[in-house]
Amino acid sequence: MYSAAKIHGFLHLYIGEEAVAVGVLQALTPDDAIVATYREHGQALARGVPAASLMAEMFGKANGSSRGRGGSMHIFDLARRFYGGYAIVGGGLPVAVGLALADRLSGREGRLTACFFGDGAVAEGEFHESLNLAALWELPVLFLCENNLYAMGTPIRQELAQPDISLRAESYGIPAEPVDGMDVIAVEEAARRAAIQVRRTGAPLFLELRTYRFRAHSMADPDLYRTKDEIGDWRQRDPIALLEARLREAKLIADDDVSALESDVAAELDHAVGVAEAGPFEPVEDLTKDVYGRSAQ
Amino acid sequence: MSVQLAGGSSRRVRLTYREAVRAGMRHALSADDRVFLMGEDVGSYGGAFAVSLGLLDEFGPERIRNTPLSESAFVGAGIGAALGGMRPIVEVMTINFSLLALDQIVNNAATLRYMSGGQLEVPLVVRMATGGGRQLAAQHAHSLEVWYAHVPGIKALAPATVEDARGMLLAALDDPDPVFIFEHATLYPLEGEVDEEPRPVDICRASVRREGGDVTLVTYGGSLAACLAAADDLADEGIEAEVVDLRTLRPLDMDTVLVSLGKTHHAAIVDEGWKTGSLAGEVSAQIMERGFDLLDWPVQRVCSAEVPIPYAKHLEDAALPSRERVAATVREMLV
Repeated sequence: MYSAAKIHGFLHLYIGEEAVAVGVLQALTPDDAIVATYREHGQALARGVPAASLMAEMFGKANGSSRGRGGSMHIFDLARRFYGGYAIVGGGLPVAVGLALADRLSGREGRLTACFFGDGAVAEGEFHESLNLAALWELPVLFLCENNLYAMGTPIRQELAQPDISLRAESYGIPAEPVDGMDVIAVEEAARRAAIQVRRTGAPLFLELRTYRFRAHSMADPDLYRTKDEIGDWRQRDPIALLEARLREAKLIADDDVSALESDVAAELDHAVGVAEAGPFEPVEDLTKDVYGRSAQ
Repeated sequence: MSVQLAGGSSRRVRLTYREAVRAGMRHALSADDRVFLMGEDVGSYGGAFAVSLGLLDEFGPERIRNTPLSESAFVGAGIGAALGGMRPIVEVMTINFSLLALDQIVNNAATLRYMSGGQLEVPLVVRMATGGGRQLAAQHAHSLEVWYAHVPGIKALAPATVEDARGMLLAALDDPDPVFIFEHATLYPLEGEVDEEPRPVDICRASVRREGGDVTLVTYGGSLAACLAAADDLADEGIEAEVVDLRTLRPLDMDTVLVSLGKTHHAAIVDEGWKTGSLAGEVSAQIMERGFDLLDWPVQRVCSAEVPIPYAKHLEDAALPSRERVAATVREMLV
């Protein structure tokens, strides 16, 4: 759709990192809040935001999840407590801390705020400020560092003097655990354990999900900073293929199931594209609508 | 929300500007469980300007929250808490420090309603001290309100009176959007008489603080006093200045300015920001666009000198708009 010029602007594909969103979202309840990044369609889909609503958003249509105001980097779905895609690296972390603070102050016990961010965010001041604040105030935030080893094109070893990200979280007194982010079962198990603990203690917890993106940073990225061999090695651990192999081995699925699933996905995508194509553009007369909630004139 | 304009029949009391802000916060904290205050040293210290003194004892540490020196995190946490249904009041010590939170303010607070297609709402109030005049040099004395007034999605208020100090805070808490309140630091000891019962004031309109037919002085915040004093000096010379207090810097109420200009045909804008790219420049441009034919003289601007505000008193005085500079500017316009 991007190549067909139906989708414009930046688009950051999630291919390779699927196990992170899918695994973590299994552990959340509808009452939990989610804060994510500009690569958030994975989380949005896993949260149950309809694919058609996402596709329409990327097409810039009024039936998109943000009425075409946000595009791929700014997916919001308040009904699902999906508080959005934040496109300034690190910018979602303070917001997540505040959502957790609101739960605490309102006495909504047992809720948590899941905050996704990448390894690049670890170098931002907002990462440190937010971890400190969440730990200091013992707020129920589940910090989820999606470590795909690159901050855009800069490898982590060129960016972080201490590349052990979990160690950084622990330095704020937040228990942290590295997880194989290519294994959806491992991610889900770790997320469930973590969520139980956050709900029980009301205090933050940190998971470092070690993953890899198979595609470039965005559609604008020529991907000159890593080798095909490296990408190829990681593709050997494709999270979807790994899961399929495991399910086949356990005789939980067979060829028929896989092809049925594939055709379901293809049908869902066709439907999403159809809805997006058919959707209206927001009238230009509404350009200034929703800058403010109440007339500012 | 029903904004009841102040001026009811309740008993009048005398408060300082500082006490008025505190009274507004106390009223809101008592009336609404969703309201809480957070910021650096707002607890037992009582706030850097002693605005929140005593509130910790009254409302406890959950609702009067000391924060670490993490402007970005605690302003952003205010945004998140507002998204989560609270009505946070965030105190940033001064506008200079607020630059550390600009990402959260400009990229998040201002955008979330629009960018989410109207789904999200950020009813956040951020208060901060602004301005010079206290010999604190170039990292504690600037007036950067115009940077905030530049940004759609937020509202910017500059209370210049004791009544506005209290009433604007309450109006801001009633507002569904992020509202920034700029309290000029020299105003905290200012005394004034207000109704005993706190009420929100209108935050859409400018106010004519002094009537006159010869020249319109447009100002806000800490410069109001200089304008009123200059108007007194000019009156002694037979020049009657009308003083318009903008009160709200975004959205600007230009109608009030233009009505005044229709009487006086002369305008000088007094703004403690630097002249280049100033709010005074914006007001001036809007006068050109909408009131060019009303003008008998080019619009004049009295702003801060284009220097980092200096420490030494004689230099700082020379840098900031003053009663004398305002009066001298008006005299030149009316020769």
